[in-house]
Amino acid sequence: MRAPRNVFLAALSGSLSGCSDRQSALSPHAVDAQHLLSLIWVFVVLLGAIWLIVMIALAFAMLQHRDDNRKSNEGVASTVVSICAGLTGLIVIGLTFVSFAGQREMQRRDAPLLVRIIGHQWWWELRYADDGQNPAIITANELRLPAGRDVVLNLESADVIHSFWAPSLAGKKDMIPGRVNELKIRAPQAGVYRAQCAEFCGLQHAHMGLDVVVETPDRFEAWRIGQAASGRAAQTEEQRFGQDVFFTRACFACHAIRGTRAEGFVGPDLTHFASRMTLAAAVLPRTRGATAGWIADPQQLKPGSHMPLLPLSPRELNALVAYLESLE
Amino acid sequence: MSLSEFEERDLRDEDVEGEALTSRLASVWSTPQGLWGALSSVDHKIVGRRYIITAFVFLCLGGLLAVLIRLQLSRAEARIIGPEAYNQIFTMHGTTMMFLFAVPVMEAFAVYLVPLMVGTRNIAFPRLNAFSYWIYLAGGAFLWIAFVMNVGPDVGWFAYVPLSGPQFTPGKRSDVWAQTITFTEVAALAVAVEIIVTAFKQRAPGMTLDRIPLFVWSMLVMSFLVLFSMPAVVTASTMLIMDRLIGTHFFDPTGGGDAVLWQHLFWIFGHPEVYIIFLPATGMVSAIIETFSGRPMFGYLALVLSLIAVGFLSFGLWVHHMFTTGLPQLGASFFTASSMLIAIPNGVQIFCWIGTLWLGRPRLSAPLLFVLGFFFIFVIGGMTGVMVASVPIDTQVHDTYFVVAHFHYVLIGGAVFPLLGGIYYWAPKILGVMLNERLARWHFWTAFVGFNVAFFPMHILGLMGMPRRIYTYQPELGWDGLNQLSSLGALLFFASFLIFLWNVAMSWRRGAPAPANPWNASTLEWATDSPPPPQNFDRIPIVDRQTPLWREDPLPVVTGLAVSYRELVVTSLSEAAPQLRERSPDSSIWPLIAAIAVTITFVGSIFTPWAVVWGGALVAITMIGWFWPKHVSEDK
Repeated sequence: MRAPRNVFLAALSGSLSGCSDRQSALSPHAVDAQHLLSLIWVFVVLLGAIWLIVMIALAFAMLQHRDDNRKSNEGVASTVVSICAGLTGLIVIGLTFVSFAGQREMQRRDAPLLVRIIGHQWWWELRYADDGQNPAIITANELRLPAGRDVVLNLESADVIHSFWAPSLAGKKDMIPGRVNELKIRAPQAGVYRAQCAEFCGLQHAHMGLDVVVETPDRFEAWRIGQAASGRAAQTEEQRFGQDVFFTRACFACHAIRGTRAEGFVGPDLTHFASRMTLAAAVLPRTRGATAGWIADPQQLKPGSHMPLLPLSPRELNALVAYLESLE
Repeated sequence: MSLSEFEERDLRDEDVEGEALTSRLASVWSTPQGLWGALSSVDHKIVGRRYIITAFVFLCLGGLLAVLIRLQLSRAEARIIGPEAYNQIFTMHGTTMMFLFAVPVMEAFAVYLVPLMVGTRNIAFPRLNAFSYWIYLAGGAFLWIAFVMNVGPDVGWFAYVPLSGPQFTPGKRSDVWAQTITFTEVAALAVAVEIIVTAFKQRAPGMTLDRIPLFVWSMLVMSFLVLFSMPAVVTASTMLIMDRLIGTHFFDPTGGGDAVLWQHLFWIFGHPEVYIIFLPATGMVSAIIETFSGRPMFGYLALVLSLIAVGFLSFGLWVHHMFTTGLPQLGASFFTASSMLIAIPNGVQIFCWIGTLWLGRPRLSAPLLFVLGFFFIFVIGGMTGVMVASVPIDTQVHDTYFVVAHFHYVLIGGAVFPLLGGIYYWAPKILGVMLNERLARWHFWTAFVGFNVAFFPMHILGLMGMPRRIYTYQPELGWDGLNQLSSLGALLFFASFLIFLWNVAMSWRRGAPAPANPWNASTLEWATDSPPPPQNFDRIPIVDRQTPLWREDPLPVVTGLAVSYRELVVTSLSEAAPQLRERSPDSSIWPLIAAIAVTITFVGSIFTPWAVVWGGALVAITMIGWFWPKHVSEDK
């Protein structure tokens, strides 16, 4: 039981440290992001060339030593400036159409998977709708998606404005209280990506990340079935004590664990806490030590976080972590 | 009144000559000595100089905050500054730079230079001008005192609701931000009105519309932008204060309000704001290029029309700040088109400037060096501006460091570099001394290299996924290296300003005295001494061409103005034909008293709505004092 998990964690931490391209518009892993990068390159090359021409013209104007007739030169300058102004007009009209075409490219989809993402200060709530075959599920801070299938994300907010941005997959879209915004994405291959809140949302805006795990459809379905189950009951003595701590220390007031009387909705749902890769909105890899450190002093890792500091004895803390770690 | 007294009073400038004329006028127009005189001065040069110095103090403060930001971001998970302080620091940086430095410094130059350039003796409504400065000073001091007392705003210079609303930012931080806006906007509106009237009605006889210097045109267009855009943000910030203070629900979705409404109102102001900062800088570029290429501006008419076109178009771009809020696709694309369109008049300006340099014989002095830096940097900013105007590209770069890079290229390249060039250019006029050219070159190269090293890597960081306004980032995201480089560049850029301050301080103490026209420039501010006497000109010049000082014979003048009291010529709007002689107000302490009353009202009203009531009465009393009839004969 222990060995395979350690291997998994080792692989996970390896993938975390080695992957600076998990959240980058420059390393696209989906059709939309690919289109956007091509569009960016078209603009960069064309506009870069124009910049270079302007600089050359400026250098030429500064360096020339002319002593011929002024009147005719002024005529030449007028002609050149008129042509340049005309070309500027043509180029911006062209780029407007290129831009518009690039925008239309991203909207022609059907029969998608529907996921509601609700932004909170400073974490993400994910709700997968009941689709007839699978019951609805609620999870947090890790968005799992099937590869090769259209996904519609309904973006909402529970408090202030946030913005969902997974640059390796698609452009961003804001999450505005009182509104529902829609973002369509489709990732062709399995992979682990990262999204981050892109609209300033208060103290911990910097630490509002979201793992985006794209899996093969089979694995995704398996995950979904697993997530629909209630939280695992405590098995060992230590886990049972940890569960007691969870209730006596009032963790349940904010967090839900389905199948128990913990139904809080202020903080992330913890029913399958141990199935996630990271902790505290993709801030730390979810190791035992990191979990203990986070619970012992949330304000150390995320100053201003709404998770309070609860004084726990080392025994209580260890038991609580053991219980949470069992919630796979 | 005896006959001789009457004659004395009615003495005109054709009756007196030379030294006698100069000293009579100087005593009539001068500001009294001492503290009382300083506090009651209405001389546009004294007010303008105060405005410039104050704006540069705020630039230094804002720059210090930028250094703190760069220190914190120089490595992953740095703990130099916590999130609470960081959010205040970047909010203060943005608010200070936009509202207390960039806009006021441009207006400051307008206040100082426009009356000189159009050949008049003082700005229109000089007491309003003094009032405007006091209000600006009070607003800036209010913000910074609040910051030092740990009630500084922490919701960004854009203060998006609902984060800045009563639920998520209790306390007074957001109110301080909103009321600072009110202060600076009142000051800006006052200056805008003065500049418009000065440029329209006080031009020297003969300065027809097509002879107005491009600098004055740019300040005129800027003033109209202020007039039409600032009310939007004053309205928005007042609505925010009402939401916070008396429980209205303009921006609260649960009470029937709308969070996106704030963004529309803010950016309807916010985008013209960029041009409020940039257009005056183009005026400085035009002035410098004309002087240092030694020929009249090529494409004067095209440049004027471009200024006006940019002014109009700048009101149709605001939605490109909101492309990710989920607007209808076609609607958003309309704003892509309008945002791209503004590249055309801006392009025409660039082409005409290059054309002028090409047609002339450029002399590479410090002012022109900074203008060349402006071309290099600003054109990059313009190009990335075309990129962010595209809806699809914007969905990747919006709210990332790409945008941070973009607008620093536009604002520092487009406004600060021309401004620094403008300071090297006009310092001889304002200070009466030449600034050191060798230090100026050191200043330029450190600023140019420092700026590009600091800000170019941010383009790449943004594309690599780094969002704005984060106080730190995790090491595994791979942003360390470029951030470190950027921080080094920022330090160099900051150091360049130390060279600049050193240069100004040293030259001020022992620089060579400046002659009236050290650069052989063509516009009227160079027709008078450096620094100008209180009356600006002994006799009002007559203008018969675009470049009045580039002539063989002496500048023609008009006569007939009083020399025993303050009087100036009012001319017609398009032809600048003399219409009447107009009294110009003397020094007065009332603008200061009125500004104190307004300050008490504004500050009080973030604590209690009743401040508006008793504060209104207080302001009314000061207004009665201000306008109390003094039985002088007006409008001869």
